[in-house]
Amino acid sequence: MRPPANLIVGSTLVALVLGTAALSLVWSPHDATRIVVAMKFQPPSWTHPLGTDQLGRDVVSQLMVGARNSMAIALIAVLLGGSIGTALGLLAAAAGGWIEEAVMRLADFSFAFPALLFAIMLAAVFGPSLTNAVIAIAFINIPVFARVARASAAQVWTRGYVLAAQSAGRGRLAITQDHVIPNVLAPVTVQLTIEFAVGILAEAALSFLGLGVQPPTPSWGRMLSDAQTLLYLAPQLAIWPGLCIMVAVLGFNLLGDGLRDVGDPMLRRRR
Amino acid sequence: MTLLILRRFIGFILTLLAISAAVFFVMNVLPGDPAMVILGIDSTDDARAALREQLGLNAPVIWRYFQWLGDAVQGDFGTSYSFRVPVAGLIAERLPMTLALAGLATGLTVVLALVLGVYAATHHGRAGDWAVMAFSQLGIAIPAFWLSMLLVILFAVTLRWLPPGGFPGWDDPVAALRALILPATALALVQSAVLARVTRSAMLEVMRQTYVRTATATGLSPARVMWRHALPNALVPIVTIIGMQVANLVTGTIVIENVFYLPGLGRLVFQAISNRDLITVQAMVTLFAAIVVTANFIVDLAYLWIDPRLRSRQ
Repeated sequence: MRPPANLIVGSTLVALVLGTAALSLVWSPHDATRIVVAMKFQPPSWTHPLGTDQLGRDVVSQLMVGARNSMAIALIAVLLGGSIGTALGLLAAAAGGWIEEAVMRLADFSFAFPALLFAIMLAAVFGPSLTNAVIAIAFINIPVFARVARASAAQVWTRGYVLAAQSAGRGRLAITQDHVIPNVLAPVTVQLTIEFAVGILAEAALSFLGLGVQPPTPSWGRMLSDAQTLLYLAPQLAIWPGLCIMVAVLGFNLLGDGLRDVGDPMLRRRR
Repeated sequence: MTLLILRRFIGFILTLLAISAAVFFVMNVLPGDPAMVILGIDSTDDARAALREQLGLNAPVIWRYFQWLGDAVQGDFGTSYSFRVPVAGLIAERLPMTLALAGLATGLTVVLALVLGVYAATHHGRAGDWAVMAFSQLGIAIPAFWLSMLLVILFAVTLRWLPPGGFPGWDDPVAALRALILPATALALVQSAVLARVTRSAMLEVMRQTYVRTATATGLSPARVMWRHALPNALVPIVTIIGMQVANLVTGTIVIENVFYLPGLGRLVFQAISNRDLITVQAMVTLFAAIVVTANFIVDLAYLWIDPRLRSRQ
């Protein structure tokens, strides 16, 4: 069977972004943070393919290092929130009763705090920082994954083989390990891919507002925040970081859709 | 029915209480000493002691929470530390701007999404459908603040049709509206991307139902079948997403107000953060979270109105 188009396009875009981020670890055309004021606002050339910014920093190098920072933050935050959320969801499904009710009500409740709001609270108390941005993005992911994991796990708990394992005297932890987790992995993976996209957008917004990555560390959101004050003088500086964000988010979204289609061919036919 | 509404209402009030408690805890207990946060680490012991006394920080935290809550429900959110005026006054002054922006953006979002979604569903599998789906994928991937900057480059910097930012006040309604067009459009284009997608799939689902076929067979015009028979039945998922989008709208207005230098609640919260004005931030965060919860409560009630079958359940 031919893989769905969104899977192909999505994985290509994701590979491109992750490849660039990885490459920036070993090589970039220039030092991304090196300021050469004499070279400010250079037009595209062979030495600076996308020109330089208001401090003479090379735009391509900043985009490459920015890719690495944005990806790393989204990745760490989503994995952190995803693992806590999934664990809570599994616990809710396995325990049932008031524990399940408590976990799900907690998830409902935390939906009232979008990442930005949570980051604002943390920034007011502890000052704006990268760590707070990661905590805020991780926090909003907990209820998302708790719901996904619980919904899938609850289905598994009604299956015949789980009842059989229960009557054979297997404990809840052992059943969760052997039967529930393998069945929950697929929907959780799909959700991870989609939430990476949300995480990249959230990181960009937080850094844009000065609540995430702090100067001089480059990130796409911060580059846009610098460019915002220069829209009349150098509008081109606002184009590239936004385009990078869009490509990365589009890539992860299409990859997530594609993975879901592969896992559920019925869904693809319906679309 | 009344019992159902009452139950939802009690749940709503409990959630509001939980939110206020959570915000109060994060802002008052996590930092250790709020006086230190407000005055900075270089402050003297005496100055901090005086501020603690002034803010009533020496009382037990539970007692302070209930006092704050009691004042808040009466509309008193305390006095802003940096602006030195009541926070409630600051909010009242800036709320109209934010409400106008959010209202305009929501109106645009709903119109755009319904038109695009219904169009895509009625042209399923054809070029128009693909175009709407592509718009939707791109809209979901574009940050609203970047779209804002692109709109400013096009309509303010290049064409000079609209102002790039700032707000002239309400004395001149036309100028005020002109200032809100770009920010509301940026928010609406991004929000409608998701909503158009949901509208399309909900419509596709409904159009398969036999009553739609029957309506068509009785000779009604395709437009009447769509807007009168199919769309009302597709509304539940659409309204659900509108409710969930209020959270995005709240964060969206915070970001967009900062892009366009609009003097609304979003700008206020940022001024409060840079001034370490914990009292104002606390009131604002509680207010924003309460707006999100209230929107979801209204959506819950809207279900009962949209779908009569839900009224008889439970």
